[in-house]
Amino acid sequence: MLIKQTLDTKKIREDFPIFKQLTHNKPLIYLDNGATSQKPVQVIDAMNRFYNEYNSNVHRGVYKISELATHAYEEAHRKTADFIKAEFEEVIFTKGTTESLNLLAYTLGRTLKQGDEIVLSQMEHHSNLVPWQQLAKQKGLALKFIRITKDYKLDMAHAREIITPKTKIVSIVHVSNVLGTINPVKELAALAHKNGALFVIDGAQSIQHLPINVKELDCDFFAFSGHKMLGPTGIGVLYGKRHLLEHMEPFLYGGDMISEVQFEHSTWNELPWKFEAGTPNITEAIGLAAAIDYLKEINMEHIKEYEEELTTYALETLSNIKGVRVYGPTEAGDRGSVIAFNVEGIHPHDVSTILDREGIAVRGGHHCAMPLMNLLGVTGTVRASFSFYNTTEEIDKLAQAIKKAQEVFK
Amino acid sequence: MITMEEEEIYKENILDHYRNPHNTGELQDYSIRHRELNPLCGDQIELFVKVEGCRCSDVKFCGKGCAISQAATSMLTDKIKNKNIDELKKITQEEVVNMLGIPVGIVRLKCALLPLKTLQKGIIKWEKGELCQTN
Repeated sequence: MLIKQTLDTKKIREDFPIFKQLTHNKPLIYLDNGATSQKPVQVIDAMNRFYNEYNSNVHRGVYKISELATHAYEEAHRKTADFIKAEFEEVIFTKGTTESLNLLAYTLGRTLKQGDEIVLSQMEHHSNLVPWQQLAKQKGLALKFIRITKDYKLDMAHAREIITPKTKIVSIVHVSNVLGTINPVKELAALAHKNGALFVIDGAQSIQHLPINVKELDCDFFAFSGHKMLGPTGIGVLYGKRHLLEHMEPFLYGGDMISEVQFEHSTWNELPWKFEAGTPNITEAIGLAAAIDYLKEINMEHIKEYEEELTTYALETLSNIKGVRVYGPTEAGDRGSVIAFNVEGIHPHDVSTILDREGIAVRGGHHCAMPLMNLLGVTGTVRASFSFYNTTEEIDKLAQAIKKAQEVFK
Repeated sequence: MITMEEEEIYKENILDHYRNPHNTGELQDYSIRHRELNPLCGDQIELFVKVEGCRCSDVKFCGKGCAISQAATSMLTDKIKNKNIDELKKITQEEVVNMLGIPVGIVRLKCALLPLKTLQKGIIKWEKGELCQTN
């Protein structure tokens, strides 16, 4: 099977310094993009430039380099807002998806009372499960989980059953980090809103693969991480509808998030700063902005199209290997570029170790989704997750290495 | 020259122990029974040790998980039979890695050391008099 090659991957790969080196004396085949993405030189340079040329704190100094830093930091907010079609005030920088979701559990949690219900799904990452679970325990809330169907999709009939006027929050993963399933978030948003609930999307696995328009999705909140979309670690985003953020209490207290402080009481800064206490991750925000520039240059529509072709190719290649079982929807159109699989008779970590010796980086384990693993009846899986810089040749090498693992464990 | 990096991990004796582990099963008449997990690979080891005098007179284990954890447990159970409990407490991580004879990276070290952790935690519990059967 030939794929259209909508992107010039050869040229793109030249931007990524990590691909210039060898691992185990072999070219690095990086198929763990679900865990974190590699970084183009444009991102690394933008961060270095900040440290080398205008390192200073933001929103403080009136001197030249502090003004430059403040401008770059605010520009990063503006670019991020523009990237997801939000307003400037609606984009809060956090340290990652996990913190974004914890922020919500903490602040929204304050308004909930015993007997209120929160609806999640059976395919949530621990980061969109544990914060709500602990909140539910503290406040006596009920947690409900939308079931997964046999073809690894959300059971929407069950969703309609459990999302009721008692539901206060529905928080769902956009693209599953294990099954790859792209969930019908627009439909879920409508369902949540019809019942008066807030709708939260965990976008950790969708932001780098699909064009995102928060207005069109009509979600109330959307959380994602910078490091999975070519940016650095330590920076993440929480989008929230302005009127909701305005009425929410702050998450962290301290400098920069205040308007006026007296010994007895304080008032809060305007959005988005109300939610950004303390010196922020300035360098990382600048890195994220460079990553967004890079993704826009390549074009998110093209990325989506290319990765869909790549996923189709990988699904076909893997399902042709005897003894390999793939989990997740069978059509590439229904899923992101994440493929979880197992090789019969070999523990996923043993497969991963053998692949590593061939220069191939994949993830093996429970992928921070232990309840889902129990549901699938496995202790873990191997996971290959692709990005737009991966190629069909790399997928062929993955297949060869799997066959090698089967040889070793024969 | 073969460097540590390139040396084979899944050597034949590791795979042998994995395919046909020694000392599997449960002991009815145990002094120590302890279970540990390794969330990384989802490895589980439950160890049963019979102590007579100050000596490990018998040992069995139930386990599932990756080849490295299971082979390491199989080999360690062979090694500890008829040894003095005080000696078992002193087994070091390096000894286990040397026993395996393969290059174990920092991540898979958790798999390799799971049986040692299980054994030594079990001994501590036994010494405190917890969860043990009188014999």
